Amino acid sequence: MSENRLHIDWTACDGRGLCAELLPEILVEDDWGYPLARSGEVRPVVPAALRKNAERAVDQCPALALRLVGEILNR
Amino acid sequence: MTTVDAPPGAGRRLLAGSTDGRLDPHLARYARAPRLTGAQLVALLRDAGLTGRGGAGFPAWRKVDAVLGANGVPVVVGNGSEGEPASGKDRALLAYQPHLVLDGLQVVAQALGARQAHLYVSTAAAADVRRALDARRDAGLDAVPVTVTIAPDRFVAGEESALVNAVSGKPAVPSDKRLRVTEAGVNGSPTLVQNVETLGHIALLARFGPQWFREAGTSDEPGTFLATVSGAVQAPGVVEAAYGVRLSDLVDAAGGPATRLQALLLGGYHGGWVPALPDLPFSRAGLAPFGATPGAGVVVALAADGCGLMETARIAGYLAGEVAGQCGPCINGLPRLAATLGDLARRRVRPGLTAEVERLSALVSGRGACRHPDGTVRMVRSAMRVFEADVAAHLAGWCVAPSLSEPASAPALSSPGPASFWRGRGEGER
Ligand SMILES: Cc1cc2nc3c(=O)[nH]c(=O)nc-3n(C[C@H](O)[C@H](O)[C@H](O)COP(=O)(O)O)c2cc1C
Ligand code: SF4
Ligand code: SF4
Repeated sequence: MSENRLHIDWTACDGRGLCAELLPEILVEDDWGYPLARSGEVRPVVPAALRKNAERAVDQCPALALRLVGEILNR
Repeated sequence: MTTVDAPPGAGRRLLAGSTDGRLDPHLARYARAPRLTGAQLVALLRDAGLTGRGGAGFPAWRKVDAVLGANGVPVVVGNGSEGEPASGKDRALLAYQPHLVLDGLQVVAQALGARQAHLYVSTAAAADVRRALDARRDAGLDAVPVTVTIAPDRFVAGEESALVNAVSGKPAVPSDKRLRVTEAGVNGSPTLVQNVETLGHIALLARFGPQWFREAGTSDEPGTFLATVSGAVQAPGVVEAAYGVRLSDLVDAAGGPATRLQALLLGGYHGGWVPALPDLPFSRAGLAPFGATPGAGVVVALAADGCGLMETARIAGYLAGEVAGQCGPCINGLPRLAATLGDLARRRVRPGLTAEVERLSALVSGRGACRHPDGTVRMVRSAMRVFEADVAAHLAGWCVAPSLSEPASAPALSSPGPASFWRGRGEGER
């Protein structure tokens, strides 16, 4: 289970906050309704216990903006 | 200007004896560029310690190595878009020594086995580049064909993934990073993007070798760089200096201070403010304590009677207007951050004003497809540190700067426009 971080494609996310409702342990809505990691991480870690919920959020994001990724991306 | 003498101890390399863009004197001085293999190029870049001159300062050999190791026929792109308002060095280089850049592009393209190379340049530089390419075509110089793409005149258009999109025929806005562009860039091919100044250094390095390259600069940060010096200096323009050069020598190379200075913005609009310390070494190591880096070689001098907070609010406002309109936190957060700084600058004080600057800074950091929010925050945070006394004064309802309170009366740190670079050369010539 190396892909345990939640990546948000900010060019796609429309900020209606569905993911923050599905993953309240990890995300809150920011001032404008966009998902914000409680931990302050850019790509918050998804603990094993929340894996299922995270996958549901990925599947249900209307903008297809969420993905579970590994540690390294291009930045 | 541009031909300001280099500061003491600083080699002039890229700007040594301008050929004014003509091919014959270039070939007479340097002859044709050598051909290298991929492995030779990687070794050369690593031994020389060449870093990118486009802002991030990433080691060039690592990107070349990554592209060599990727699947597919590589593409090479020279980045001369220079969307940074306080920078004019890429344009100066492309006007005075375009053949060094184009040699570097060929050296890299051939070493990587690329079949196509691109130059991505600002409108202002396009004519110089096209003329240089025509001359090289007539001389049968370029083994790998070069295509010119014009960059829109936007700050973010020079970001790597925006460049890849533009060269691929799409709008010049950043993408979400799924893969590195070294793996999948222009039309899905592994792509090497280097700033045009980086390519110019490669052209010289390929001829003179890493030992020569290391004769300038420090052992950790070898070589020279192009600096664009503007603001409260006598002769704003582009100068070449070695890493580690004293800040005051850089300013002196641009004619010296126009008046007493209080601070300088270094690196670029995504850079950092530092106090006007004459002995501060312009290098990654020297600037680190201030959270600044050499970046793209930008130096903007702020006069002692200017208001650093007003200037910071102005730049933040500019950067907020340059968001690529894609990412919610950036679209919403940068204008809010700029407006909050504007309130601080204009002494529209309310409780929690500085805490709000920091809260918004943290809120936008890392939350976009590109590093535009992060760069903006870096500049803002450095201002809050360097202008700490001004912040306290503004919160108390007065301003340390004697002369101003409103932006209209603030001495604008004028970006060096064409006149300062091209003085003495008719616009029609270009
Ligand atoms: C918002 C933004 C704007 C950028 N603009 C430029 C630019 O105008 N020119 C440039 O060479 N690099 C620019 N960069 C850096 C590029 O993404 C890239 O790192 C660089 O072109 C790589 O070349 P180098 O390694 O030779 O510096 C920008 C980066 C960001 C985040
Ligand atoms: S569900 Fe998708 S579109 Fe909605 S806020 Fe979350 S990431 Fe953005
Ligand atoms: S982070 Fe800002 S500037 Fe960068 S792509 Fe997103 S909206 Fe555009």
